[in-house]
Amino acid sequence: MPVESATALGGKDVVGINHLSAGEIQLILNTAEELLDVAERPIKKVPALRGSTVVNLFMEPSTRTRFSFEVAEKRLSADTLNFSSSGSSVSKGETLLDTARNLMAMAPDFIVIRHPNSGAPHRLAGVIPVSIINAGDGINEHPTQALLDALTMRQRFDTLEGLRVVIAGDIRHSRVARSNAFLLTKMGAEVRFVAPASLLPLDVEDLGVSTFLRIEPALEGADVVMMLRIQLERQKKINFPSMREYFDFFALTPERLRLAADHAVVMHPGPMNRGVEIDSSVADGEQSLILDQVTNGVAIRMAILYLLAGGRSEAASDS
Amino acid sequence: MWVSGGGEMTDDPGRTALHQVLDKNGMAHTVARMAAEILERDGDDVILVGIHTRGVPLADRLACALEEVTGRKVAVGRLDISLYRDDVGPWRPAHQQPVLKETVLPDSIDERIVYLIDDVIFTGRTTRAGLDTLLDWGRPLAVRLAVLVDRGHRELPIAADIVGKVINTSRDEDVRVRFAEVDGEDGVWIGREVKDAG
Repeated sequence: MPVESATALGGKDVVGINHLSAGEIQLILNTAEELLDVAERPIKKVPALRGSTVVNLFMEPSTRTRFSFEVAEKRLSADTLNFSSSGSSVSKGETLLDTARNLMAMAPDFIVIRHPNSGAPHRLAGVIPVSIINAGDGINEHPTQALLDALTMRQRFDTLEGLRVVIAGDIRHSRVARSNAFLLTKMGAEVRFVAPASLLPLDVEDLGVSTFLRIEPALEGADVVMMLRIQLERQKKINFPSMREYFDFFALTPERLRLAADHAVVMHPGPMNRGVEIDSSVADGEQSLILDQVTNGVAIRMAILYLLAGGRSEAASDS
Repeated sequence: MWVSGGGEMTDDPGRTALHQVLDKNGMAHTVARMAAEILERDGDDVILVGIHTRGVPLADRLACALEEVTGRKVAVGRLDISLYRDDVGPWRPAHQQPVLKETVLPDSIDERIVYLIDDVIFTGRTTRAGLDTLLDWGRPLAVRLAVLVDRGHRELPIAADIVGKVINTSRDEDVRVRFAEVDGEDGVWIGREVKDAG
C-alpha cells in the first residue's frame, strides 16, 4: 500500500530522517517532483522565499552539498549567507552556539548546517528559534542526501516499497548509509549493507537492515546498488589492508553488477573514488544514475525550504 | 474553512445554508457562451491555461466547447501558482504551505494569446500570481482572463475579459463552484460560511 502524503511537516527543522514520518517523507518527495521543472523554465527562479535569509553554515569541507543548497535557495529567491569554518572565528576558538547566536543577529529564517560532530544540528535546533536543516553531521545523518536518493529511485521504479537496495562501502563512517537505512526501511524497501566487518556500524542490528561481508551474495536480485567511498578522514586507523585489496573484494565492477537484476541502477553520493569502490566503466555506464542524483538534490533542498517556510499546525487560509 | 478561487475545499458543515445559482445545465450553457466569446474575440488559435484547482476542469470544458464548434484541437495547459502567492513564505503568519501541483504548458507561450482560466475571481490575488507565473514561462502576445463567476470585492486592479456569471455577494459570503471531475457534481452555490472555522 502506498504511503499517504502528509499535508505539512510536523516540526520547524529537518535534522534527520529518523525524526520524519513516512507521510512527511512522501510529502517532501512529491513537492520536490513538482519543483524539478523550475530548472527547465526560461526564468529559473520562483519568488516563494523572496525576502528570506538562509545562512549556510559549513564547518566541514563540501562542494556538492553546499552548491546544491545554494542553488536551491537562489531558485526560491532567498538571500544566502555563506559561512565556512576556515577563515572564520571558529578557527579562533568560538563555540558553535556562540557562532549561531551571533548569526541570529542577522535575522536568518533558515540555518543549513554541516558539522563534523554528530548531533550538532539537533543541538542547535533546540536553542535557536529558526529552522535548522542538517546538511550532514559527523557519522550521524545526511537527510537531504537520503531524500534525493529516494527521489532518484522513485523516478525509476515508481515506488520505494519492496525495492532491494544494496549499500556497500564504508558504512560505519557513512551518514548517507544511516539516513538511507532509516528512510528506505520506513518506506518499505529492503536494505542490504555490505562492508568488511571493520567498516560496519556498531548499532547495525537496530537499523532493520541485513548485513553482508561479501558483495556478491548481496547483489543477487538487487534493484539499486549504492556505492560509498572510504572516508579516510574519519578513520583513526586503517580498517583494511590496502586500497587494492579493497577494490578486489568490494568494488562494483561490470562483472559484479551483472549479479544484480537486469534493470538494476547504480548510485553514488559522491565524491567518487574511481578504482577504489567503483570501476570507472560502471560509474559512467548506462545503469548509472549518479548525475540524476545531483539534479534531484537541488529539488529536494528546494522542497524542504519551501515546506519549512510554512506554518506547522493551522489549516491553509485563502488570502 | 473552505475557499473559492484556487483554494482547496474541505467539507462544509454549513452546506445547507448555501443556495444554488447555477445547476448542471446552467453551467453547461454558461461554458458554451464563454467559449463563443473567446472564439469571437481571438479565434481558436489560443492557449487555455487553467489555474489549479478548479480552473483546470473549466479550461478542459472550454477547450471541448471550442473544439465542438471549430473541429480543431485547442491547446490546453495548467498552472500551479503556489510559488507565486503573496501569502506564502516565512514572513507570513503561520499557515500550511499549499501542496504543489503540476504546471504543464503546451510548447512555447511566446507570441501566443493565452487565456488564464479560473473558476471564481474574488480578490484578484490569484490572478496576479497567475500572471506572474505565466510571464516567467515566456512572453505571450496577450494574456486574457476568463472566469466562470465574478463575485466582486477586488483587492487589486484586475478585471476579467470573459465572465460566465456575475454574482453579487457580500464579503463574507462564500461562492462554491463544483465540477464533476473534482467534486462529483456540477453547479454553483452561494451562502454564508459557518463561523468558527479557520
